[in-house]
Amino acid sequence: MSTTKGNRKPVIFFLNKEGEPLLSKKNRKLLSDPLDDNNPITVQVLGICSALAITVQLKPAVVMSISVMAVMAASNVIISLLRNLIPNRIRIIVQLVVVAAMVILVDQILRAYAYDVSKELSIFIGLIITNCIVMGRLEAFALGNGVWKSFLDGIGNAAGYGVLLILVAFFRELLGSGKLFGFQVIPDALYEMGYENNGLMLLSPMALITVGLIIWLQRARNRKLIEKN
Amino acid sequence: MEAYVNLFVKSIFIENMIFAYFLGMCSYLAVSKTVKTAVGLGLAVIFVLAITVPINFLLDSYLLRPGALTWLGADYATVDLSFLSFIMFIAVIASMVQLVEMVVEKFAPALYGALGIFLPLIAVNCAILGGSLFMQQKDFGGISEAAVYGLGSGIGWLLAILAIAAIREKITYSNVPAPLRGLGITFIITGLMAIGFMSFMGIKL
Amino acid sequence: MNRDSNLYTFIFAAVMVFVVASVLAFTATSLKDLQAENVRLEKMQNILATIGIETDREKAEGLYKQYVVEELALKNDGSVDATVNAFEVKLNTELKKGISEQRFPLYVAKVAEETFYIVPLRGAGLWDAIWGYIALQEDNNTIKGAVFDHKGETAGLGAEITQKWFQDRFIGEKILAQDGSLKGIAVSKTNNDPNGMDKEDHEVDAISGATITGDGVTDMIIERLTHYMPYFQNQHPSMALN
Repeated sequence: MSTTKGNRKPVIFFLNKEGEPLLSKKNRKLLSDPLDDNNPITVQVLGICSALAITVQLKPAVVMSISVMAVMAASNVIISLLRNLIPNRIRIIVQLVVVAAMVILVDQILRAYAYDVSKELSIFIGLIITNCIVMGRLEAFALGNGVWKSFLDGIGNAAGYGVLLILVAFFRELLGSGKLFGFQVIPDALYEMGYENNGLMLLSPMALITVGLIIWLQRARNRKLIEKN
Repeated sequence: MEAYVNLFVKSIFIENMIFAYFLGMCSYLAVSKTVKTAVGLGLAVIFVLAITVPINFLLDSYLLRPGALTWLGADYATVDLSFLSFIMFIAVIASMVQLVEMVVEKFAPALYGALGIFLPLIAVNCAILGGSLFMQQKDFGGISEAAVYGLGSGIGWLLAILAIAAIREKITYSNVPAPLRGLGITFIITGLMAIGFMSFMGIKL
Repeated sequence: MNRDSNLYTFIFAAVMVFVVASVLAFTATSLKDLQAENVRLEKMQNILATIGIETDREKAEGLYKQYVVEELALKNDGSVDATVNAFEVKLNTELKKGISEQRFPLYVAKVAEETFYIVPLRGAGLWDAIWGYIALQEDNNTIKGAVFDHKGETAGLGAEITQKWFQDRFIGEKILAQDGSLKGIAVSKTNNDPNGMDKEDHEVDAISGATITGDGVTDMIIERLTHYMPYFQNQHPSMALN
């Protein structure tokens, strides 16, 4: 492909005209930033709806995170490839149509060839298409950046989203039903002593409060995220 | 008439998009720093909901649902295009939002700047798509019911974001711990307001 | 060509719509038969599950033909409509019709020497439709088993109606009162009988956090079963309502 001026480096390490290595520092930041500094849920304020709806138990939270990662990687790549062709006036529609079409396609294929998996995922289908993170990153990043960077951005943001989802689901399932991944974790002895599952944890308002507390913790550790008045 | 009033009140309070169904949270949390921007976004949401729900109702009745195409001819009665619902609803919503975005950019550039990415994000605002999907599920008798429902849902959303914005403006002078300031305390307050709204659950109008 | 010109925008939109519509339509039509087959077999699986026969989809059809001996489409007055294929009746379209036009499918199964009557259910959950099947023993009163499913209930809350631990709560419960009137089964938060010892209370314990879905289950059970009462009463004339 291309080499930097005067320096002959192996082709496989370079993917763009500037000769940036695949996993340069900047590119690695695309993967690591969303895990903390630029977390889609707690900093960018995207993807909240599913963070409330899917975090009652750990298993759906994990399934959702993986699905979102797949969708984001694919849609970021597609939109990035098309970014020089999309007319500005209809860009929102194009983004949405691409994401929706992809998700529906996957759903249709699963329903024919892996029916049981599709039944588990079909509730998530709607939630993935409208997940603000998917659309948000398309607008904020994929429309203006190259394919590899967009791919990394998609994976990074989905990972940040997944981390938060799993954290919230961990507490909600543990405190709300005494289980993790469906397995009883709180010993019967505690129940006999009078411990009761906190039913309120199963409801969305508590998910909101849990995320609020996580934000508190995150900003206490990372002082630069604190909002100025 | 009473049915319309019932539907209207129900969609604003009992089936409030934010507090009962937790839809549309992202923009709700991000744009509620000041009452002014909150009202701006709320009005945009009302506009989009009040227009897209009736349009999608027409699409659903005459094109998408099983048996909808009978007006084309009796042999089309078995055609079921409902798998296209999602993408058609989203296309209608996205076009509406693109229109709103262009209008806001032209006539209220300050609001446009303040809303930032959240104006185009109305297109994926789960509350807007939720409005259309609920409409499909609720099986309204006519377009006027759908319109009342869309309008009511939008107003409910506006009231919710107005309330939280007003509270947030007031607590800028409160002694909130620094790491909790802003987004953190908003999450907690919203959670508490939601618990309050749980008292509406189960009221049958 | 200028990317922002009207003509380009129009052409782009047209091409995109064409490509997306063709891909989706092609996929949907070519996969439709496979999908319909999956749904059909799942229906058989669910009906068998209500009478306690768990199976995977490959064996479902064979077992279904073995145990389900009759498929009846009933009218509201309890008579049988022989022109309708009961298995093909889709409740989502039936429910939109008036009561006198609706046909109510009833599946009759024979396992060992016992006869069971399986009634399909459909109703509304919190977010979207919920449905299921309920199997009654020969007395048309005691529940042999129940199976529920949904389209979009909340994972971990309303979605738990698909879990065996919830469905098992219905086993042995009675749907009729002593005088023969239909009581259905209420999914109740105030059940006071968490282990389900009382089988005559017409209630089962609700799922925490899934009140509306639970109410939907209650409503669909009594709504659907009401239409089968004329047929059941014809079967057991001594069960006349007071």
